[in-house]
Amino acid sequence: MKTFIKFCSILGLILSIFSQSSAAEKVDYLKTDWTFKGLFGKFDRGSLQRGYQVYTEVCAACHSMKYLSYRNLSEKGGPEFSVEQAKAIAASFEVIDGPNADGEMFTRPAKLSDKFVMPYENEKAAQAANGGAYPPDMSVLVKARGGGVDYIYSLLQGYEKAPDGMILDEGVHYNKYMYGNKIKMSAPLSDGIIEYGDGTPASVEQMSKDVTTFLMWAAEPHLEARHRMGFKAIIYLIILTTLVYFSMKKIWSRIESEV
Amino acid sequence: MSEHEYKPKSKVGQWFNDRLPLLTLANHLTDYPTPKNLNYWWTFGGILTFCLITQIITGLTLAMHYIAHADMAFESVEHIMRDVNYGWLIRYIHANGASMFFLAVYIHIFRSLFYGSYKSPREIIWILGIIIYLLMMAAAFMGYVLPWGQMSFWGATVITNLFSAIPLVGEGIVTWLWGGYSVDNPTLTRFFTLHYLIPFLILGLVVLHIWALHVPGNNNPVGIDIKKPSKDTVPFHPYIVIKDGFALLMFMIVFAFFVFYSPNILGHADNYIEANPMVTPAHIVPEWYLLPFYAILRSVPDKLLGVVAMLSAILILAVLPWLDTSKIRSAVFRPLYRQFYWILVADVLILGYVGAMPAEGLYLLIARVATAYYFLHFLVILPVLGFKEKTIPIPLSITEPVLGGNPNLAMAKQKESKIE
Repeated sequence: MKTFIKFCSILGLILSIFSQSSAAEKVDYLKTDWTFKGLFGKFDRGSLQRGYQVYTEVCAACHSMKYLSYRNLSEKGGPEFSVEQAKAIAASFEVIDGPNADGEMFTRPAKLSDKFVMPYENEKAAQAANGGAYPPDMSVLVKARGGGVDYIYSLLQGYEKAPDGMILDEGVHYNKYMYGNKIKMSAPLSDGIIEYGDGTPASVEQMSKDVTTFLMWAAEPHLEARHRMGFKAIIYLIILTTLVYFSMKKIWSRIESEV
Repeated sequence: MSEHEYKPKSKVGQWFNDRLPLLTLANHLTDYPTPKNLNYWWTFGGILTFCLITQIITGLTLAMHYIAHADMAFESVEHIMRDVNYGWLIRYIHANGASMFFLAVYIHIFRSLFYGSYKSPREIIWILGIIIYLLMMAAAFMGYVLPWGQMSFWGATVITNLFSAIPLVGEGIVTWLWGGYSVDNPTLTRFFTLHYLIPFLILGLVVLHIWALHVPGNNNPVGIDIKKPSKDTVPFHPYIVIKDGFALLMFMIVFAFFVFYSPNILGHADNYIEANPMVTPAHIVPEWYLLPFYAILRSVPDKLLGVVAMLSAILILAVLPWLDTSKIRSAVFRPLYRQFYWILVADVLILGYVGAMPAEGLYLLIARVATAYYFLHFLVILPVLGFKEKTIPIPLSITEPVLGGNPNLAMAKQKESKIE
């Protein structure tokens, strides 16, 4: 029994080492205390709302978020704007709808059920406007990068002067956390670039943290429900396992053999 | 099938059972005499049945919402994750369930290797198991393609391209597999169809696997033939049912940790980027459970020979009952085999590790040595060992070691020293 448990934990360890080592080179990312990690991890509501502000005022100029809808902004476990606020946010965007009864396409203010409006018509238009580089869609960006939230958080603060001897092409920037250190996106954040509605000072570090939290939620909108259910499920399993263990002992005690 | 005539108590039961002996089958399954010294390594058969059923149920649910089309597959997976009620739960159970399934099957296979469960008279059980394992790999590979992320697309491209190594007809076969001139929508739809089909084939084979098992009965840690039923056996129900249930619950706790707290740790981040035929990922890596074979494939410089080596690495297992010449089943009584067994375990783990690394420099060298050793183990060490090894005397019945304590090494050693 003991060797069995030991074996399982060793295997689990090996598995996690495998999955981590396969995520290419190790880089020391900047760390911060994410509230959504751990057994009871939850999003910081204020951070999510500020993060949405950073996204919509800065990132959304180039980056789409095509799998999210405006209704998500008021849903439980997210930024939890009120339904009125979410409606107002949606209404500030224009979407093309139609065809109407005359067969014409028309524009109207977005509704809660609409997907986030994209900054460009299509991928080619996005590339053309950004020197050939496609600003990736941000819906699942956090999960699509090896370092996850730490990587995004570091990247946003990783802009530096290129080391001597490194030649950067026109429109290419140096970032010490980017794969290959060369990035087409210029430093998107600078102190005070936006003014937070809740009065929090908008430092680069603060904005990076807020927008990364927002991106984490965008990629895992049900994270809070998952953590809640996971805790209950595991407690339930532990109790049931204990009961079954003693039942097993009792049943096997009828014969002389060891379990 | 049954050792004694079974007669249902009720009139209705008798009437039904005379026409379809389901009650006799149920009686056989509950009464099935099982060696009483089975340890926890024997619980993985039940765990694997649970894994298969879980995969089928979650898979059916996912298939109701998934769209097998190159332009919509990725989006439909996001739809499942965001908008389908508990879709995230179903998908994370299914994705991590595949890893758990392989974790359990590897333990199951290595248990068989340690206790010699593949030896006469259980060769057919073993071969059926190898076929199930092959089908599992096919199902898992095709399932990984369905989300249509970057690793899906490029993994599919790399693996299907292996067939081009076949002389003369290789290129034609690859085109035929793809349904076109590259991995594209026709590839996705046929992979979806096959991914849906294979689990049911596995289910059928599992029935045969268990049927074949119930003919000679379970092997056991001592590895000797036992009389059934006797005081060496216990009825399957309730003794083994409750023990399997307990082990399954322990397994489910580990499973739940992955599903609820690190659902993406076993996957590759690149698979959250939609498939793009114009952009090749920096490293194309298969899922962890295929890595040892991937390492063998890449350790051979020639493409065709690499494919042959990879396939042989799996198929060699099918002839294992005839490669292992030792009459003694359990490694408990084979001091030398026991050491080689653990070296093999380490070898496979090393192969898995280098499979995840780029195939260059030291990694490539290690992969080559480990590949060579893998084949050496099965083709040279096992056949020779059967003749050369001085084994420890085996007990006459399970009760003998059980009465003296545990049927373990210390016990066996003690006996040996007494004899000397």
